[in-house]
Amino acid sequence: MKSFFNDLECFSNSIAFSTKLEQITYEHLLKDIEEFSIHFRSRKLAFLLCENRIESVLGYLACLRTGVVPLLIGSSIDEELLLNLINTYQPNFIWTCRNFDSLNKEWKMTILNRSYQLLESIDQFEHSFHPDLALLLMTSGSTGSPVLVRISYKNLIENASSISESLSISQKDIPITTLPMNYTYGLSIINSHLLNGCQIVLTEESILSKNFWDLLNAKGVTTFGGVPYTYQMLRRLGFEKMHLPNISKLTQAGGKLDPILVKYFAEVCADKGVQFFVMYGQTEATARMSCLPSKDAIRKAGSIGIPISNGSFYLLDDSGNLISVSDEVGELYYKGPNVCMGYAYSISDFSKSDENEGVIATGDLAIMDKEGYYYLVGRKKRFIKIFGNRISLDEVENLSQKNGYSCICTGIDDKLIIYTTQEDLLNELKDMISAKIGIHHSAINVKYIPDFPRNDAGKIIYSKLQVD
Amino acid sequence: MTNREKYDQVFIDSFSVTSDQLNESLVYQSVQQWDSIGHMGMVAALEEAFDIMLETDDIIDFGSYTKGIKILAKYDVVI
Repeated sequence: MKSFFNDLECFSNSIAFSTKLEQITYEHLLKDIEEFSIHFRSRKLAFLLCENRIESVLGYLACLRTGVVPLLIGSSIDEELLLNLINTYQPNFIWTCRNFDSLNKEWKMTILNRSYQLLESIDQFEHSFHPDLALLLMTSGSTGSPVLVRISYKNLIENASSISESLSISQKDIPITTLPMNYTYGLSIINSHLLNGCQIVLTEESILSKNFWDLLNAKGVTTFGGVPYTYQMLRRLGFEKMHLPNISKLTQAGGKLDPILVKYFAEVCADKGVQFFVMYGQTEATARMSCLPSKDAIRKAGSIGIPISNGSFYLLDDSGNLISVSDEVGELYYKGPNVCMGYAYSISDFSKSDENEGVIATGDLAIMDKEGYYYLVGRKKRFIKIFGNRISLDEVENLSQKNGYSCICTGIDDKLIIYTTQEDLLNELKDMISAKIGIHHSAINVKYIPDFPRNDAGKIIYSKLQVD
Repeated sequence: MTNREKYDQVFIDSFSVTSDQLNESLVYQSVQQWDSIGHMGMVAALEEAFDIMLETDDIIDFGSYTKGIKILAKYDVVI
């Protein structure tokens, strides 16, 4: 199977990446990677502080090609959370455009490329890596939980290929970034288009900025992806009236889009001759697990579609029995070659082999209709998605406790609800959480509660908390 | 409340800023809370406060506290 990071030579003179100010061919990119890689002589751990810039993808591809294991982190990460990750995992390298005063002593600068610098740890820790381990991603980028997802080379190659097939990606496609590269869905857009030798337009601008649309038009961009919130914004911007003659394909993942919006986009896209794909994924499945073909977008609005190639779904009831009939709710399981090796909680987990053996419990409750299309109907695990990011409610509680607050959390997608017994600290708690997890304060509602509802055993009864 | 007071309050509420930050240097993404989510919240709050409906181009052009005053003028809202 073709590899999106090793088999790039054949695209020689095609443009690989372009930004507002620069464009770089595959040939030139490979030369840059080679120069960069002289510092990557053996299997080590690198933290990549990612932005949608050439430097970030350069660092990422250099890692994959040389066997250095990268952990992708959003460049704007809270410094304290970053230091916690550094202490936990002892990286040998940090690739960043930010300066950290707290890192000056133990790190030396070895290489500069554009706006980025490679910091090398003076005290080199010797990690032991499993030979299959390719990449580390954060389970929930924003709560700063140090739990990582271990992804293999095979996972990456397989998922890029399946996605490419589901979306019929060809070299003519020109995607523009709308999501962070350290976010699994954003990364998978880059991977699946590199596989096809496409030009990928990199930008940190949001769809609410004029610069974004100017760049999109100037580069002849044909496709982009978005989380539900992206599509809510596009709707508000009046997507139906927007003149986007080059756009031919849109994808949506990162959470459940309101079926009314699915229908709106499916219909408007059909009018405009744009293919609209709803997809479903998780970091634990490298990125994506299913796709609703664009031809079914209207007919099956609200569905997550059918599994991607080489993948399959099944549903288990509460007793763990396989559900073989349609329209019955069960926990959704996924089986496929893109299922990650497992989690890492500490350095010693890097040497572990594949613990999942190709199967994961998604934590989502789903049904299958008579034609084999799947629909999400709820969650088994205590997490919500805020603007596409998975937020573990338990982790938010832990984070608050660590910072000296007493609270319990509940919520629905795009709305985190925090109950605290500390009536005078409502705003302070909201600001702390908003800053720590990097989520806009309007998505966080902090409420006062005199006592936490508990059962006789002292366990919190979350079902007694109001979620609106 | 005057239009100016209403306008200022929207910024204070949407971006968690203080009134002394309300000047020409308050621009999109200059404070943490003025991200895309904050931006949409601000648009919705302005529309409600002044009973208007902003056009696509105006939502995208609304890049700063001062620029917004000019944009609202197009909707006959004088700040």
